[in-house]
Amino acid sequence: MANGFFTDTTLCIGCKACEVACKQWNELPSDGLAFTGMSYDNTLRLSGTTWRHVAFVEDREVGTTIVNRWSMMSDVCKHCTHAGCMEACPTGAIIRNEFGDVYIQPDVCNGCGYCVPSCPFGVVDLIEPFKPSAAKAAEYNTATLDRERLSEGALQSHGGIAGKCTLCYDRQRLGFTPACAKACPTESIQFGNVDDLKARARKRVERLRERGVDAQLYGVDETTSVGDLNAFFLLTQPPEHYNLPARPVLPSTHQPAGYAAAALAAAALAVAGLAIFRGR
Amino acid sequence: MPGLGTSFGRGGATTFLQDLQNADCILIEGSNFAEAHPVGFRFVTKAKERGAKIIHVDPRFTRTSALADLYVPLRSGTDIVFLGAIINWVLQNERDFREYVVAYTNASSLVSADFRDTEDLDGLFSGWNDFARDSGASAMAQQGAGGGRGESTYDTSTWQFERNPDGTLRRDETLTDPRCVYQILKRHFSRYTPRMVEDVCGTPRELFFEVCESLAANSCRERTTAFAYAVGWTQHTVGVQYIRTAAILQLLLGNVGRPGGGIMALRGHADIQGATDIATLYDLFPGYLPVPSIQRDEQTLAAYLKTNTKPTGWWNNFPKYFISMLKAFFGDAATAGNDYCFDYLPQLTGDHSTIPTTFAMKDGEVKGYFVIGQNPVTSGQNTELIAAAMDRLEWFVNVDAYENETSSFWKREGAQPGQIGTECFFIPAATILEKEGTVTNTNRMLQFHEKAVEPAGEAVSDAWLFYQLGKKLKALYANSTDPKDRPLLDLTWDYENDDERERLRGEPSVFKIMQEINGFQVATGAQLTGFAECKDDGSTACGGWIYSGVCPDKQTHRARNRRGDEYTSLDWGFAWPANRRMLYNRASADPAGRPWSERKKYVWWDESAQKWTGVDVPDFPANKAPSTPAKPGAAGMDAHSGADPFIMQLDGRGQIFVASGLKDGPLPAHYEPLASVIQNQLYKQQNNPTLREWDRSDNPYNGQVNPRYPYVLTTYRITELSGVYTRYIPWLAELQPEAFCEIDPELAVEKGLKNGDYATISTAVGEIEVRALVSGRMRPLRIAKGQRVHQIGLPYIFGNFGYTSGDTSGDVIPLAMDPNVSIHEAKTLTCDIRAGRRAPRGRVAQDDAVPEPERSRDGQPLIHGREAGV
Amino acid sequence: MMATRKPLDLTTLLEKARARAGAFLAERVGAMPNVASARTHRLAGRIAHAKAVPSVCAYCAVGCGTLAYVSPGGKLLDVEGNPESPVSGGHLCPKGSALFGLTVNEARWTTVKYRAPYGDRWEDRPLDWAMDRIAHLVKETREKTFVKVKNGKRVNHTLGIASLGGATFAIEENYLLGKLMHALGVVSIENQARI
Repeated sequence: MANGFFTDTTLCIGCKACEVACKQWNELPSDGLAFTGMSYDNTLRLSGTTWRHVAFVEDREVGTTIVNRWSMMSDVCKHCTHAGCMEACPTGAIIRNEFGDVYIQPDVCNGCGYCVPSCPFGVVDLIEPFKPSAAKAAEYNTATLDRERLSEGALQSHGGIAGKCTLCYDRQRLGFTPACAKACPTESIQFGNVDDLKARARKRVERLRERGVDAQLYGVDETTSVGDLNAFFLLTQPPEHYNLPARPVLPSTHQPAGYAAAALAAAALAVAGLAIFRGR
Repeated sequence: MPGLGTSFGRGGATTFLQDLQNADCILIEGSNFAEAHPVGFRFVTKAKERGAKIIHVDPRFTRTSALADLYVPLRSGTDIVFLGAIINWVLQNERDFREYVVAYTNASSLVSADFRDTEDLDGLFSGWNDFARDSGASAMAQQGAGGGRGESTYDTSTWQFERNPDGTLRRDETLTDPRCVYQILKRHFSRYTPRMVEDVCGTPRELFFEVCESLAANSCRERTTAFAYAVGWTQHTVGVQYIRTAAILQLLLGNVGRPGGGIMALRGHADIQGATDIATLYDLFPGYLPVPSIQRDEQTLAAYLKTNTKPTGWWNNFPKYFISMLKAFFGDAATAGNDYCFDYLPQLTGDHSTIPTTFAMKDGEVKGYFVIGQNPVTSGQNTELIAAAMDRLEWFVNVDAYENETSSFWKREGAQPGQIGTECFFIPAATILEKEGTVTNTNRMLQFHEKAVEPAGEAVSDAWLFYQLGKKLKALYANSTDPKDRPLLDLTWDYENDDERERLRGEPSVFKIMQEINGFQVATGAQLTGFAECKDDGSTACGGWIYSGVCPDKQTHRARNRRGDEYTSLDWGFAWPANRRMLYNRASADPAGRPWSERKKYVWWDESAQKWTGVDVPDFPANKAPSTPAKPGAAGMDAHSGADPFIMQLDGRGQIFVASGLKDGPLPAHYEPLASVIQNQLYKQQNNPTLREWDRSDNPYNGQVNPRYPYVLTTYRITELSGVYTRYIPWLAELQPEAFCEIDPELAVEKGLKNGDYATISTAVGEIEVRALVSGRMRPLRIAKGQRVHQIGLPYIFGNFGYTSGDTSGDVIPLAMDPNVSIHEAKTLTCDIRAGRRAPRGRVAQDDAVPEPERSRDGQPLIHGREAGV
Repeated sequence: MMATRKPLDLTTLLEKARARAGAFLAERVGAMPNVASARTHRLAGRIAHAKAVPSVCAYCAVGCGTLAYVSPGGKLLDVEGNPESPVSGGHLCPKGSALFGLTVNEARWTTVKYRAPYGDRWEDRPLDWAMDRIAHLVKETREKTFVKVKNGKRVNHTLGIASLGGATFAIEENYLLGKLMHALGVVSIENQARI
């Protein structure tokens, strides 16, 4: 069965080791240097070159300005059971690999971007084209990237393609844990067989509830059109709190309605056309 | 570290990170554990998962607080009041672990009838000599440099213990004698009340009581509580006494030397413990042996040994370690006839630590300066003064991997390189992956790092640099007949690498260096198996006795051991002393040698084998039975009984009351920081009377309580960045790209600051601009008389070089220091804050025509680092 | 109330329908999987044939174990945690996770540089030249500032030279630094530790 991630937000200390370990292994550049003022979050979102992102949510005590709860969650590609990006890809670049994960083949991807709006979670993004050979390393914040090897890595063609978490496909081939899960100091991110992880997660929820923590799983036993997530989460707040959709929707499920509307429109046009010709 | 050292016997953390998982309660105070030591914090989360209560006491609600069960806010700089009030609560409610206290601490010892406490003298102890007032001239003559004030001292003769005619200590094991330590302690802390906690710390009393109950409930035979601290407790003018207060509390609760207990000192740098042990500190040689001083009149070996050799306890062995070190340094030249070259050693004439040295540099006394892997122009205080002091150097050598604020101090904003005559060198340093060597972590554990790759470009290891510099200097002085050059010429300096390639490159053998630190028999060259083999007759050489045992034979390097397990991991690395992972672990058993409980079993007496055994190396003579009586009048360890667990101490006990070794008092007393927002509510004495200050025009102070600077300022590190190198790594720079301060929403409204705006923070020293991060994680506190206190948080890791931007906190912090360890005060300051950006840094007067520093259109200052670094 | 509940029910119904449609489409995709490219077939982490060299993290004193992966040609490929370390268990913080970037970085300075008095720039100089010059300056300053006796007491020291730093490099290096400086009579020896 599939391999995936179980991200337990109750153990996250917001250190961002996952973001960095991911970038180091996958040789991804920095996304830029902007102070956002959004708590300790200066990378803000997943992107074509940020494949793990730690969200920080500060909760105020009711009626005061005092923050008494600071939630942190490391977000990542969900590797959905029904993957919108894969459905939308017209080139066959996106595959479900032998580990059950959704993988964008950089040598096949032509950067059309159809996958981008097809992701119910807003994960997939295009990597802006850049020239790593340029002398100005700082401009691209790629000072640490190994130039000689870039063309072999995920950034093939120096961007201009779609990018997202590969669940460290290349590491899994060697039997290695994905970089983020390995680095995570408190084991908030756990990697393994999804069924095993789910069993572990359910036990964890039980234990937390015994301790009075309002824990719930996100992406397990789902009735949504994307189905269960191979990268699922343990949350203590509603999903929206972490900027996750409460009920993610696979875009293709709109298609039957879309086809019907198109058929209606075609029929109407045909009728109108007939009317025009008849009018002559 | 005298806080831990005077209390327990050694300055290192009493425990190791892995043991935190066995705690039933963890008090984290003076540390932002999760952010500064994220991987060590995993043992805190493990303890939490096992049901331990995690408490975080801190001025700010941090990522550590977010994971804690209980967050307790307090005003920065008031920890002695908070902890002192817990001590008072424990004593008033008799919640101390009485059996432990009576057997293992000096609570029962009687103190001299002449002793007077802060209770009697309104904030001072007996023996106070106010040189500053009475004889300023003699004080000036004694101090190091820079015209600093604060050489006033205590005469500690009234702090001493009373003795019986046979020389043993007078004790009252009922703890009722008014002159016993227990009763003195009770009186001393009686004014540290819950009301005082509210008035001084600004901490609500219900939170205070919850902490008290949690600590007491989790400190007994069956349960233990651990404390963890870092520089949040040390960087104060009263810093050592913060740790003393914690040490007293842990002794009263019976948690020292027991699994899940102790005090975890969280060190900041990879080898900061190692650089203290094998000291690159002005006053210490390796193994905590003091550098001789004219102030202690240590002109001869005999006088020096007399001052430093303790009559009882382990330090009675002092001459063995010192003479073995002289043999390691000077080899065959060191003989009994010449006092083992004692005369070769330089003598101290005052405090030559960083801050006095900086003032001496500014005043022209220091001509040449090496800075290796440190960046004082960012991480120091009054950084403009430090840079201006460097302007006056004749030469300066910086060894680092990246251009930094210190290497290029002459490029700083407002400086004119054309007027700075310092001759500057930059030697590119090899990184940890490009060389081999050993580092000591916060567990006192030595770990060897292998060389993975060749150094980049012309980069060299620091070992190469000092080895080659030493060779060159020996060659330059080869023909000298001046006695002053003998130490250099007689210095043993042969570490030729056995690897031919490395030898040709001039790289010394770090293995040979460590073998010298470990020690060897002079006659045979055989390695010492441990410091117990050191002799004081010149037959052994040992460069750093506390590490002895790490290379017990010619082949073995125990810091290279890599067989870990789930707990003590005795075969992973090597912990000093003698591979003991938990210090004072004899105290994990009761006086009779039995574990206090099955649940907290660690080291115990095996009656049948007649030896101490357990999961760790016993920190006790291996075959000394618990029933062994102390021998009155005996020297060394024989003066201790088989139930005295603190072997380094004179009496073998944990010191609640410290008679010797501290300059500011035998017991902790709360003094406000040098600059505060309130008068001291406990005593008339406002500041630590023994603190060191330099009130000069280039180092102005805000004043004790100055309404112009109404806010508390505290500095700290954040997870994402550490020194200048991290600012050059894009993956890290993007996570925290710009200097910021953290302020509470109420203050933001008052100052017209919106989240993300530029704010200017000012003190008497200067001003800096940073972005304002407005968050309810910062909370205003209410202290005495309803005064509202706003605290401003300021990360100190930013600077001009690298990909991040923003001013450095050091530009608003004055230089002042604690009397015991010369540490600066950077954790509690006062400041003002306003919306908007600061003015460009002042140029010298005749240079008005020079345009102000350029800024790009979006207002970002142009950064030297980006121009030069790429 | 009714007005808000009705659309909710409708939404749920629609979603159920969509889920069925999604499953139907997924089955179709599953029936005709996209093809793995030759590169994908070959794909294997770059450390497949690398040597793992045990080291320690350069930053804080937790002392996390690391493994530096080096290519057969001696090139650094990757640095990650050492799972066998009892302290770190293979985990690293963000700074530790970026250790590769500390060593391999275009912004790093790897040549010896010299800034002449009153100069406004760094210039590259040979290492040997710099070492000779530094040794010469140390001797010159020592000769000028060495004090044998002060107030009638032997001091044998110089306050004209100072050294700062130690906590970021190895014990053996600290030992050499301390030993050499003390032999020269330098006493202003300090590092980051002041505790």
